[in-house]
Amino acid sequence: MTALSAGLDVNKLREDFPILRQKVHGRPLVYLDSAASSQKPLAVIDAIRRFYSEDYSNIHRAVHQLSERSTRRYEEGRIKVQQFIHAADAREIVFVRGATEGINLVAQSYGRTHLGAGDEIIISALEHHSNIVPWQLLCEQTDAILRVIPINDDGVVLLDEFERLLNGRTRFVSIAHISNALGTVLPIRSIIALAHQHHVPVLVDGAQAVPHMKVNVQELDCDFYVFSGHKLYGPTGIGVLYGRDNLLEEMPPYQGGGDMISSVTFEKTTYNALPYKFEAGTPNIEGVVGLAAAIDYVSGIGLDSIAAYEAELLEYATRQLSQVDGLRIVGTAKEKAAVLSFVLDGVHPHDVGTVLDREGIAVRTGHHCAQPVMDRFGIPATTRASIAFYNTHEDIDLLVRGIEKVKGMFR
Amino acid sequence: MYDLGDLYQELILDHSKKPRNFGPMDVANATAEGYNPLCGDKITVQLKLENDVIREVGFQGSGCAISTASASLMTESLKGRTREEAEHLFQGFHDLLTGEKQAPAELGKLAVFSGVREYPMRVKCATLAWHTLRAALHNSGPVMARVSTE
Repeated sequence: MTALSAGLDVNKLREDFPILRQKVHGRPLVYLDSAASSQKPLAVIDAIRRFYSEDYSNIHRAVHQLSERSTRRYEEGRIKVQQFIHAADAREIVFVRGATEGINLVAQSYGRTHLGAGDEIIISALEHHSNIVPWQLLCEQTDAILRVIPINDDGVVLLDEFERLLNGRTRFVSIAHISNALGTVLPIRSIIALAHQHHVPVLVDGAQAVPHMKVNVQELDCDFYVFSGHKLYGPTGIGVLYGRDNLLEEMPPYQGGGDMISSVTFEKTTYNALPYKFEAGTPNIEGVVGLAAAIDYVSGIGLDSIAAYEAELLEYATRQLSQVDGLRIVGTAKEKAAVLSFVLDGVHPHDVGTVLDREGIAVRTGHHCAQPVMDRFGIPATTRASIAFYNTHEDIDLLVRGIEKVKGMFR
Repeated sequence: MYDLGDLYQELILDHSKKPRNFGPMDVANATAEGYNPLCGDKITVQLKLENDVIREVGFQGSGCAISTASASLMTESLKGRTREEAEHLFQGFHDLLTGEKQAPAELGKLAVFSGVREYPMRVKCATLAWHTLRAALHNSGPVMARVSTE
């Protein structure tokens, strides 16, 4: 076992995650479900505890000291996010519940004002349900049409098919940065460049990308980017929508309520400036504080170091799993990150998951909220092991041993 | 701590590898499809009903060991039963899995699923075939497995 892989002292970093110290069913926990949600470092847990213990109040409301402090912490969080994804301006950072809400916001606010009957939206065959259903809802409301870029047998999005789909009726492209079901890294730079040639805006669903790689929204040149805090070692219930300010500016509010207005009378309400126009009601204040702490934490380790270590671990896991007789990895793109989806001959993923759980190994089994991906490969479900920088080579060895135990039981 | 063997008993493994009454049925006069959207399990249950009595019963589909074995053992336990008896059996089976009441002795081989009680996430796997059976008996069309109430 390499304790100092790719410059990371993984054993030391693991100490930052109290939950990883426990035993499950009498075995040391092997947590391989970070793509569903990652575990939280003490830095995040303590930041939230300290915030509630020392600074908490409602924000943007009162003149008293606590409200001032809370407001400052909340807005500092916004600037932290802006710097983290390299947005041009903090006004372009809207806090939402998660990536899902970010996509729904854009579909409803931008979509309903810019799309009509016969207009087309393009997504990929790799999307999570959260980047499919909001567009289907929009299509029902506007009679727009949803188009899907196909993938090949490796789980790679076909760029030439995308080019063929782009036409004069294309009004929007919404695409994952990394597939949650297969781990494929999508060629989003090319997709964005091609879409922009047709003057079509692009939303990137970065839920699976932000924990694993540096993201620079200006370099990518995307128009919207969404991600969730809970996959980035932060709290649940907080997420980010980045949008170009000229687009956000012309979009109508998504929800009405307090904080999103500058004045209200029964005759007329004037909406607040960006980003508050999209933040109706008391927001998830401690969520922003926790997310800011998570960003500090991963930035302290360095996303380049994280990416290098995870790539090494993924390669090791791919090699080890490939040697298991009867196991087939689903999703074999060259560009991959952090996810290993597989099927085992004659054993349903649910049974794999239950047996592994008894070995203390947490994996996800099922369709991973990406049923069309499963349909594409003609399987009902997969077992998915997803990795984070706190996973070790030993975790992978235990996974392989667990799979051998599964085979022993069902053959 | 519960042993895995309590869940995957020999009888369950046997029925999951060699399901009985598996495949399409020519003589069926009642059919229903069941689907568990959480895991993608799909099952079709077919019945040949004569008046109120289940004469033949078969199933097709794909699922985990628990759902396949449950469907297989269900078909074995139903032949010759009336609707009412089948309904009663389902209630007993349900009680066995949720542990709310003492399971009745008449469950027979179905009692092998008692270990599922310790795996709440798997209860819906074991009941999918039975929910589908009920839909076929009531002829109420496709049924979705209830995932949250069990």
